[in-house]
Amino acid sequence: MKPITVNPQLHEDGQSTSIISRIWRIPALLAGGIMLAVLVLLAIFIPFISPHDPTGQDLSAFLQPPSAKHWLGTDQLGRDLFTRLIYAARTDLTIMVLAEIIPFCTGVLLGMIAGYYGKWLDSVISLLTDTFIAFPFYLIVIIVAFASGAGQRGIYITFMLVGWIVFARVTRGLTASFRQQEWVASAQTLGLPGIRIILRHILPNVLPQAIVVLMTDMVGLLVAIVTLGYLGIGIAPPTPDWGTMISDGQPFITTAWWLSAVPGLAVVYVGIALSLVGDGLADLWRKK
Amino acid sequence: MMKLSKATMKPAGTKSSYSWLIMAIVRAVIVIFCVVTAVFFIIRIVPGDPAKMILGEYSTPEALERMHHALGLDLPVWEQFIRFVKTLFTQGDTGNSIIAGTSTRELVAERAPVTLLLIGMACVLAVVIALLLAAVAATQKDKLLDHLIRIFPTVTLGMPIFWVGLLLILAFSVHLRWFPVGGIGEGWSGTLYSLTLPAITVAFSQTPTLIRSLRVQMIEVLESDFVVTLKAAGIPGRIILFKHVLRNAALPTLMLLGVNISYLIGGTLVVEQVFGIKGIGSLLFTSISNRDFPVIQGIALYCAIGVVIISLLIEIISWLLDPRTKGKP
Repeated sequence: MKPITVNPQLHEDGQSTSIISRIWRIPALLAGGIMLAVLVLLAIFIPFISPHDPTGQDLSAFLQPPSAKHWLGTDQLGRDLFTRLIYAARTDLTIMVLAEIIPFCTGVLLGMIAGYYGKWLDSVISLLTDTFIAFPFYLIVIIVAFASGAGQRGIYITFMLVGWIVFARVTRGLTASFRQQEWVASAQTLGLPGIRIILRHILPNVLPQAIVVLMTDMVGLLVAIVTLGYLGIGIAPPTPDWGTMISDGQPFITTAWWLSAVPGLAVVYVGIALSLVGDGLADLWRKK
Repeated sequence: MMKLSKATMKPAGTKSSYSWLIMAIVRAVIVIFCVVTAVFFIIRIVPGDPAKMILGEYSTPEALERMHHALGLDLPVWEQFIRFVKTLFTQGDTGNSIIAGTSTRELVAERAPVTLLLIGMACVLAVVIALLLAAVAATQKDKLLDHLIRIFPTVTLGMPIFWVGLLLILAFSVHLRWFPVGGIGEGWSGTLYSLTLPAITVAFSQTPTLIRSLRVQMIEVLESDFVVTLKAAGIPGRIILFKHVLRNAALPTLMLLGVNISYLIGGTLVVEQVFGIKGIGSLLFTSISNRDFPVIQGIALYCAIGVVIISLLIEIISWLLDPRTKGKP
């Protein structure tokens, strides 16, 4: 009767202890979670950890190699690289999470509507996704970010326009497959309105899969934020951001390669952490 | 539209094969029309007055009005739209560049060869690398090499493509001095030589997805009955791999490339910036900093229409090779 994926809320009635013990048995989830937690804690407590100011320049100490005072050295304006790196995590991770909220909700909702009602609604939504998919992702990101003005606003508008497609595709497919199953048919015979079936019965069952996709999608979003920063149409300086840090370091690639290499590694670190969490969550929900 | 999507989803029999082909073409035409509409409206939905962006924040109202007239922005929206579609389909153009004065079509045509060459090289490299690594992983299933190759996509997923380019420049141009740091060399061999590193960069961003699916497919083929029979017949594993497994992987690879072609083009535009290549990407960025709207619209349109046509061609080729797939991976 019940579909393969399980409503995570189902576990909360009396089984909450077992969910914790199950998380312990999935190393990918644990490792990814710890990696993320370390970075988030660092980002929260960085003012107490580092004595340096992320935007304070010290031209007498520019381009220094890593040392005890400056753990990762200093950049061309004498700013402490480690401090900037962690402050940039604050900016980039906050934007990454905030920019995903609206696309995630609209995508899941549109996907369920398309998959449940089918027919012309489905055709219209599929046509919309086909149209947006035809544009190379970075092309549309660059153009919209430019047209709506550099900075955070541009990033949010861009992802509201293009971010929902992935989620719509996934939930549409899942919902369409649920429609063939008995439990949806029995809800329909009971005379429940479509919107209620979608929100109360289909939503809990597509959510796990959508969240797994969300993890990978956030990696792509972070890379896009960083790319916009690198191209000079993302987060405006002097706010620290990994992308602008990489482009600032580029002229010094022969003498101080770590200026560009380290911020990129930070992105890779977040990417690995989120992939691990995604894989782990998929495992968790597959095993029940 | 409703009938259309139903027809494409239904498992058509052999007789309706040609109706599949016609439907695929009709769908592509509709998507192209939507793409044109989207490009036209995106510039208008997004906040900001194009005339003000071109002239700057402190332009006089008269100058703004003249610019509105020059861009045709003083006309009703539907009339603007008809003009836009008309010039696009009669001249294949989106209007003259505000800065250069020449037509967008000419500007793009001038820059396109380098970009297309780069995309082509990247495709070939991505396929070769992905096929090799997937074959190694599939034949060594659950051994060390397989695990290493399976970790590869997880690690590379979060790598910004421009950062990979920078690291490659650092390693192969600065330290090993095998390749130039940027720009384009003289003549055919020089061009190919200087495009090698950028092509590797673009290919690098494509291989993770390719490897992931090809590995699974190859394992399926390797464990299928006919391969087991071939093995039992005493045919060497090497020949089975190259003659049968790779042949079976060709179609899925082609279809995966079709799905990813849009990402590949976008990545190419960014990589061009890192290596200082004067292609479509650099035209896009100069147009953006000059606020040259017709050219920006033109690039977006040509790229998107290109993606739709390439995807359609790949769907058709896959369908010709194996009608059961209906052009979908």
